[in-house]
Amino acid sequence: MNKKDLGLLVLIIVVGAVVSVINPRFLLPINLANTANLVGMFGLSALGQAFVIMTGGIELSVGSMMALTGVLFVDFIANQGIPWPVALLLMLVLAVVIGSIHGLLITRLKLQPFIVTLCGLLIYRGLARFYTGDSSAGLQGQNFDYLDFIATGRLYGVPMPFIALVIVGVIMWVVLHRSIYGRYLFAVGKNEEAARFSGIKTGIIIVSAYIICQILTVIAAIYFSMYTRSVAPSGFGNFYELYAIAAAVLGGFSLRGGEGSIIGAILGVVLLQELQDLVNLLGIPSSLNFAVMGGVILIGVLADTQFDAYRSRRRIVEAARQSPQPQSTPAE
Amino acid sequence: MSSTAAATAPAPAEPFLVLSGIRKAYPGVVALQGFAMSVAPGEVIGLVGENGAGKSTMMKILGGVLAPDAGTITIDGVPHAALSVSDSFKAGIAFVHQELNLFDNLDVASNIFIGREPRTGGFLQLVDTEKQRAMAAPLLKRLGAGFKPSTPVAALSLAQRQMVEIAKALSTNARLVILDEPTSSLPLSETSKLLDVIASLKAEGISVIFISHRLHEIERAADRVIVLRDGQMAGTLEKDEIKHGRMVKLMIGRDLKVQASTSVSTPGEVALDVAGVRTGTYPHQQIDLSVRNGEILGIGGLVGAGRTELARAIFGIDPIFGGHFALGGERFVPRNSADAVKRGIFLVPEDRKGSGLLLDFPIAQNISLPDLPTHTSNFLVTRHSELKTAEEQRRNLGIKVPEVMTAAATLSGGNQQKVVLAKWLAMQPRVIILDEPTRGIDVGAKAEIYRLMRSLADSGVALIMISSDMEEVIGVSDRIAVMHEGRVSGLLERPQFSEENILRLAIGKPLLEGEPA
Repeated sequence: MNKKDLGLLVLIIVVGAVVSVINPRFLLPINLANTANLVGMFGLSALGQAFVIMTGGIELSVGSMMALTGVLFVDFIANQGIPWPVALLLMLVLAVVIGSIHGLLITRLKLQPFIVTLCGLLIYRGLARFYTGDSSAGLQGQNFDYLDFIATGRLYGVPMPFIALVIVGVIMWVVLHRSIYGRYLFAVGKNEEAARFSGIKTGIIIVSAYIICQILTVIAAIYFSMYTRSVAPSGFGNFYELYAIAAAVLGGFSLRGGEGSIIGAILGVVLLQELQDLVNLLGIPSSLNFAVMGGVILIGVLADTQFDAYRSRRRIVEAARQSPQPQSTPAE
Repeated sequence: MSSTAAATAPAPAEPFLVLSGIRKAYPGVVALQGFAMSVAPGEVIGLVGENGAGKSTMMKILGGVLAPDAGTITIDGVPHAALSVSDSFKAGIAFVHQELNLFDNLDVASNIFIGREPRTGGFLQLVDTEKQRAMAAPLLKRLGAGFKPSTPVAALSLAQRQMVEIAKALSTNARLVILDEPTSSLPLSETSKLLDVIASLKAEGISVIFISHRLHEIERAADRVIVLRDGQMAGTLEKDEIKHGRMVKLMIGRDLKVQASTSVSTPGEVALDVAGVRTGTYPHQQIDLSVRNGEILGIGGLVGAGRTELARAIFGIDPIFGGHFALGGERFVPRNSADAVKRGIFLVPEDRKGSGLLLDFPIAQNISLPDLPTHTSNFLVTRHSELKTAEEQRRNLGIKVPEVMTAAATLSGGNQQKVVLAKWLAMQPRVIILDEPTRGIDVGAKAEIYRLMRSLADSGVALIMISSDMEEVIGVSDRIAVMHEGRVSGLLERPQFSEENILRLAIGKPLLEGEPA
């Protein structure tokens, strides 16, 4: 855990302490479990986004992709009679296909990530609405062996999405911070040119980041749709790509690429959900929700960059003090 | 003002700019010493010298970017110890840099008046496009430009773009225009146009300092030539003394500082063969050359001759548009850099900081990057193995750093270059291409890099060294291929090595008759 992550953790604890003093319901098991549930689901999609941001890219189609796979998955298992493991597999295949298309458009055809994924945002949302004729796809009180438990159950009171996030988080931590692939991701994100001059196939690395992002997006979408049990294609997942981006940025990822940690991204999600909870518990009008979130992200990022600037300035001043005055600088 | 200047031009006027005793030193290098020059209105001064002779230092001092350590700069009789950027501007000194600073999404007039646009529309402060174009037109006419103020810069040729830069200089009422290697990237037909422009500036009483590698252009254009060599003034030639041969003699006349490092063993089999390769920059030219095991092949030539493009093509960075390579007799065209690396072909790129290194990465991780799979078990990177290799390389190459986990950004240029080399030496090199390997590196580190290169060659590796530094090419290479506008214009064996021969081939001329073959 690096210094930035530690700072974020301290902030989370401080905010939590303040909220629980004002409203002790914050610490009730039911509130904590609810928050953990949301952290789990949003966390999965934030981890996916983090991989794309690591390459210096951005994935804006996340929310729409959730809506599309949400309606498809729910419709498949509720109305089409497709066994859920098969439906899940199909959704994962779709994720790989979409991720590959995005990645290849960006690396091969040199389109900008923002544009490619913005078009994705529009296209998948449109397809989702078209598929259901703009009506919701819902599970009408049906039950699914294992799926219900895996998606919405609790283990010793801990909601399954949170457990999934912990498992995926550990895997992704190893992948990003310990594996060859992770090292290549850092290298490509920091300086794609230098990575290519070191014999790295940078295209494949970037494409794979978009695939990973879409896979985690689909998994998160399935958790969300089992949680809400009804997927309205026009509203489901709206803004979720922005939550994911915000969490990653709060967690120390740079949109320029090559910087960030998995722990940071998860802590970023925790902080965002804590803020949501804070708005509810402190009686702040829920219409202010976004404003609070935006304000805190801005302050967080400001504090971070200002602190960095302060530290480097102090280093320079220190260096100047330690070296003796040059003889050739008399006053004018 | 310009019309009166034109009338007085032919008379030998008093110099308005006088430099004397200028000295500038950097840690470890004296860039310029005892430099003196006077510029009179309407004078064209040629400034020649090899790379690193002190030309750009002189320019920066005149531009107010660098302050000299000693000496005075007298402008219109007022002595200054150093100029500021605005002093330089007020004195009427304007620069046209080798890399042009134009916005090719704007038209010619907008480029000329960028930041100084005539305004209209009252408080709206809109750009008065019509007036701007009207103001630009006479400037272009003075230069004899065949394009309009409304032409987008994107549609102009390189020489025309230089005219725009010169027009920009004229629009600030410049008295002295400094042209930094204006012709190095121009085809010959365009070059004569530029020389005409210089002549018309001269006729108007505007002085020109013309920095060039192309000596016959200097011969045509200059009233006086100042030859720089290793930061010293090697000589000044007046109009009737300006001869190609004399300039070359002044540029070269010194002992070679680079120890000619001869190979101990005779070179072996051909390692890498380049056969009829066409690059994207010069698709109409073919490159043929070969390098043998155990030899250092120098590639000389001017900047822009297509040398870096060749290096990138061999390393699989850029595609080729014809021909093929052969490694140890086996034909191949690399699909990407990973392919080249797998074959044992490595590149030390020209842009050390941008392409050679990940500056924020620790040294150890830079070294292990191309060879990560050998530093892993079960797909996870083993730091222990990375550190071990990095330590080995640090000792072998003498990388001066206490800790291999230090970020590469903190190292000096020479040590950074050693880290780039270390990445490849930790693997099994068959061919190493070094593109300007010692640019911006101090003398001590240079010598170490030459030694390393020679010991690599002696161990059977084939080396290709691209360099614009004549001394280096001559001192280090076993053979020299000289490139000119996308092709190999000549191949020199050791007895033919001379700066004159390289220069002639680099500017596309044949070798002189009676050269020892």
